[in-house]
Parts: sequence; structure tokens; C-alpha cells
Amino acid sequence: MTEVDITLTVNGATRTGSPEPRKTLADFLRDDLGLTGTHLGCEHGVCGACTVIVDGRAVRSCLMLAVQAAGSEVTTIEGLALDGRLGTLQQAMWDSHSFQCGFCTPGMVMQAAAFLTDHPDADEQQIREALSGNICRCTGYQSIIDGVLLAAERTRGR
Amino acid sequence: MKLPPVDYEAPETVSEAVELLAEHEDLASVLAGGQSLIPLLALRLARPAVLIDINGIDELSGVSAADGWLAIGAMTREYVAEESAIVADAVPLLAAALPLIGHEAIRSRGTVGGSLAHADPAAELPAVARALDAELVVSGPSGERVVPAAEWFEGYLTTSREPDELLTEVRFPAAGPGTGVSFQEVARRHGDFAMVGLATSVTLSDGVISDARMAFAGASDVPARATAAEELLAGERPLAELFDEAARRAIADIDPPSDLHGSAEYRKKVAAALVRRGLREAVDNARERQ
Repeated sequence: MTEVDITLTVNGATRTGSPEPRKTLADFLRDDLGLTGTHLGCEHGVCGACTVIVDGRAVRSCLMLAVQAAGSEVTTIEGLALDGRLGTLQQAMWDSHSFQCGFCTPGMVMQAAAFLTDHPDADEQQIREALSGNICRCTGYQSIIDGVLLAAERTRGR
Repeated sequence: MKLPPVDYEAPETVSEAVELLAEHEDLASVLAGGQSLIPLLALRLARPAVLIDINGIDELSGVSAADGWLAIGAMTREYVAEESAIVADAVPLLAAALPLIGHEAIRSRGTVGGSLAHADPAAELPAVARALDAELVVSGPSGERVVPAAEWFEGYLTTSREPDELLTEVRFPAAGPGTGVSFQEVARRHGDFAMVGLATSVTLSDGVISDARMAFAGASDVPARATAAEELLAGERPLAELFDEAARRAIADIDPPSDLHGSAEYRKKVAAALVRRGLREAVDNARERQ
């Protein structure tokens, strides 16, 4: 149970910490680094609320130990805004009234961000499949899909 | 829930990992992608004293094809195998099954070896391994041994791996010309474990089925071959009436579980439909590949 010293990059900045091995990346981000934008719903990999991007891939931060993120580049919901302004995906979701209560929001947005980076030309069906592991209990998903489609359209339009 | 206190080791070579396993045996759990083990820890269904994290063992990752076999390192991430042209070319049944595992974020971390070592009978990769007679390579204190898939799966979440052994590689026989495949499953929601799944591989020679292989996921406590149906199909022309009879024989051999997602009787009906669909799709696919 000895704590392990780790260094990683979070949202472009070098961060260090000494988590116990049992501490998940999600708890490390929230409790040790104060990045509470990442939400924890089920804490066993079912709901998707804790999704963050690690080395370019969407992962569930409740199913990864903090010590396993040593040396990795992590992007959380706090890393999507540019100079205090919403990023393209965030703005598109805002404009589409994608969310209600906000609990699933960070996971949904991070999963969509990772997917759109790899698949800028994705159609609705592919987006629905990519987001199928993220649970929202408010919206019925339609407004979320609308937001991601709008973001894809705006990105392509540039 | 938060994970219970646990000691942590991160070996960098297979021999270091095997030494640690020999030291801790049943008290250790091997941590690969963590997509099954970490939930088990969070839910207190597993209480190892020590985690042996094999993510830092570079030699365990990689995909290669040679001499009619595809070799996949046990720590190869599922998304890497899913995107691999080598996998798609050599073992199309595996390529068909990989996108059906969990969700994208699960496949980012989940590993091919981890799924086979975890041995959930409802999972996709155990059914593929069983259908194709894959070989599992394990390393222990006395060296390496190769275990055929038929001898690997012993029961629910139980394999013939000894506590001091590490799964290092999985070998799948490459599909030849005239071999078509299909992976079928029915799940309540996309990405969920299937109520029933079926891995099918059919080889056609001169319009006749020369080899048929089918393995169910979720139909018993281990991935189960449909042996009676396979025997019926061998040497026959692929016709709809034959597939109907194959479906009847296949479900006579299985004893699926009943739970809130579906009764055993319903799962048998689904299984019969999957046999017919799987055979149709695999035969079509075989004709395309001839």
C-alpha cells in the first residue's frame, strides 16, 4: 500500500503526486489535483461519466489506477476550453442545449472529443455508437447527438 | 465504491512477473487492461493482497502473422487489434468480434489476453478462441507451455492457468481461402454483454462445407462449441433446410442460464436464430473470399 511518486501531464501542465496504488485516476484528478470537472457516477466502468483522454484515447478514469498514468498525457474536461473560451465541441453542445443536469456532461464531452478527433467525418449512426457507453438520464440523447453533429459540421466547415 | 487497500508490483519483464506470481500465488491478481478486474475490486468480488501490473512489460504487446498463425501478445489492447490490418487479413472472425466488445473507451484499455484470462463465458473473445481452436501460451517457473483453447476454459471465470503462470500470447490459426466468418450476438443495449453470442467459421470447397465451426458465448459457464451441428454440416451443401437442422442440434446441446435479461428458453430461441444467421452470413462471406 506504499504510496508511489508519479509525474504526468494533465491539460498540458506537468503534475506530480503520490497516490496509493489503489487510487483510481479519477480520484487522483479530483482529490489530489482538484480537477473536479471529471465526474464519478458508478465507479465501476458502466456509466461513462468519468471518461477522460489518456494519450489520445478515451478511457474510463475509474478503471485505471493513477499510478498507471505515470508518464501519460491526460486531458480532462478542464482542458477543452481555449483561453477561457469554450472549445468548438463545447460551444456546439451549448448551442444545441445538449445537457440538462450536467452529471454525464464531462464524460459525454470527452468521449465525443476523442471520437471526433479520430473521425471528423462521422455520421449520426457512428456518433451514436461512439457515445453508446455514456449514460444520460435527462435528455433522451437526441440533443447530445445534435450537439456533436453540429460540432463535426463546424469543424469540417473550416 | 473505492478500491480496497492492495499492494502493487509493476514488473518490467515476463520473468520478473512470473517470480512475483510464484511468490504470491493465489494472493495475487494480474492487472492487464483492468476493465474487468478493477470493477471486481470496486465491488469487493475480488480481494487480492497484491496486484501484479503487467502494463509495463513491453514484450507482451504486438501482433504478427507467420506460417498460417496469427500471434497476439497478451497485453495487446483490444483497439490495437481492432485497427490491425494483419488481424483483419489473417483472422477475420477475430476482427468481426473485436468491435462488439464493450464500448470504445473499454477497448482503449482492455486487452486480448485479459479477456481470455478473465474467461467470462458471455464475452466475445473466448467464443472466438474456442471456435478456432486458438492456443494460449503461458509462462511459469518451469518454462512455457501451450494450452489449447479446449483445455483453457474450465468454468465461470476459471481457466487452467496455474496461480504461478502468466498468459503471454494467444495464437489463432489464420483463415485460408474459402473460409467465411460471422460473429452474431443479441444484447439488450449496444456494448452490453450479449444474452447469447455466436462465433461462426465455415470453409467451402467446391460448393460443399468442408469445415464448420461454431462456438456460443453466454450459453453455458464456458464458451461452448456446437459439436453436433458442426458434424451435421461437414460435407453438405449449404442450404436453408440444413441450417434449420443445425440450429435444432446446436440448441439441444446447450443449457443457458436464466436471469432478469432472459429465460433459458428465450436464450435457446435466440441461439437457434443466431445459428441460422451466422451460417448464412459466413457462407456468403466464404463465397466472397473464394
